[in-house]
Amino acid sequence: MLIGKAPDIRSSEITSERNYFNRRRFMCDAALAAGALLVRPSHGAIIPVEREAPLSDIAKSKYSTTDEPNSFEDISTYNNYYEFGTGKADPARNSQEFQPRPWIIAVSGHAENTGTFDLEDFVKPYHLEERIYRMRCVEAWSMVIPWVGIPLADVIRRFRPTSNAKYVAFETLHDPDRMPGQKARVLKWPYREGLTIAEATHPLTILAVGLYGKALPNANGAPIRLVMPWKYGFKGIKGIVSMRFVETRPATSWEMAAPNEYGFYANVNPDVDHPRWSQARERRIGAGIFAQKQPTLMFNGYGEHVAHLYEGLDLRKNF
Amino acid sequence: MNTLTRIRFVGKPVVFALCLVPASLVVTDAFELTGSLGANPVEAIQDRFGIWGLRFIMITLAVTPLRQVTGWNWLIRFRRMLGLFAFFYVLMHFLTWLVLDQGLLIPAIIEDIAERPFITIGFAAFVLLVAMAATSTNGIRRRMGKRWQQLHYGVYAVGTLGVWHFWWQVKLDTSEPAIYAAILAALLGYRFYRRLNGSRKRARQRQAVPAARGAPARRRATHPAPDYD
Repeated sequence: MLIGKAPDIRSSEITSERNYFNRRRFMCDAALAAGALLVRPSHGAIIPVEREAPLSDIAKSKYSTTDEPNSFEDISTYNNYYEFGTGKADPARNSQEFQPRPWIIAVSGHAENTGTFDLEDFVKPYHLEERIYRMRCVEAWSMVIPWVGIPLADVIRRFRPTSNAKYVAFETLHDPDRMPGQKARVLKWPYREGLTIAEATHPLTILAVGLYGKALPNANGAPIRLVMPWKYGFKGIKGIVSMRFVETRPATSWEMAAPNEYGFYANVNPDVDHPRWSQARERRIGAGIFAQKQPTLMFNGYGEHVAHLYEGLDLRKNF
Repeated sequence: MNTLTRIRFVGKPVVFALCLVPASLVVTDAFELTGSLGANPVEAIQDRFGIWGLRFIMITLAVTPLRQVTGWNWLIRFRRMLGLFAFFYVLMHFLTWLVLDQGLLIPAIIEDIAERPFITIGFAAFVLLVAMAATSTNGIRRRMGKRWQQLHYGVYAVGTLGVWHFWWQVKLDTSEPAIYAAILAALLGYRFYRRLNGSRKRARQRQAVPAARGAPARRRATHPAPDYD
């Protein structure tokens, strides 16, 4: 159902960041104290159930890049999503029948608030933001993608992880009938990923629910996926059904598949080559057949925001 | 029209045109006439030339077993053309990598060839193919004598290196290289089996007919290429 285009927001209507967070925290605390999310914020995130439905009330973000985004066609037809096949064109082709709704997310582990949530309830307390991020694949190609999502930090704050929660572990849906690529034993299913709690609560980290102002296409990980623009794309786990707060570093799928090639941190780093190919340059999708590869940037160009997380860490050993 | 004329004026042109189809599809896809190269056209072009290079190597290696099984000796007349098309596709694969992917940046190219094992292996196969293509004419073949056949047995190495290059290039899903490995194993295994059985058979024939004119019991085809590989 098309509600209509959201009106442009006047600057006088934009809440200052401090007040926004203070009000948000107060409402969340009140809601949790009441034991139920009875309070409806004025601009709650709503994701209609129709496939790639338009999303409304999307705020702009200072974290968006000014780089030109890739076309919707390129972004949604050139994917690594082995749950639907290992070719780049496979996810778009083989996910036509996939129904991403209804969708349940289980939150568990070292946190005060755990449980299972419908996607609607999971996202409702938050405000949708547009985040135009660079995405660098470990295969040495890259895109600029206009995601729509919610900060993972806000989500995590709601569940109140304890001091034992050193990492956040995610899992994808495991259902070979719905995801036929899982019938092949190319990866150990379900797909697993994990972050340190500091990485998970970093302002750049989002759970994306949309692309180009519409709900995520199936090939991009509908209905909800992780995006961390300073890491290789395989860290962006798709089709999330589980979020767990854990004490020890969780195993991640690509690290399990080839530990000498894919690490836990997977920070974009032009100085640390993949064992079989160089990471110094990348091909920007959409630049054309005759375009040169461009130099890869440390932390995919987000170093000013995230370098401090890794101070003192040997990034060659902890690749 | 006898067989030779038919092959020369009908068979070969037809096969030549067919062999060009994969390459022309790359061009027509690039101009969105027959399909599309997708979001990463350089990768698509490189991969398509590479896979057809590997396929033509397998097709070339299949000529002799096919001849021996069917008795169609005229197949041998196409083998050089098929081998040269294998070289053509591998050359295009290499040039795509050199020019479109690496942008002719020599230091990066040298580093890749020297330091990435799967590229070293691919480059070795390419060098061998260049040597075989350069010595593919009848004149050079005559002048090289026995050394020509020794060099052109290199096609077995090219097939092996090609499959190996493909296997080490894929990120994780080795199902496609595994298929080519199986095909190569079958094509080489068949020759090995023939050689074992063939030599036992010839040994028996030599014992049975000691008064033969001294010529070994080898069939000689009507063209200069050897019968068995």
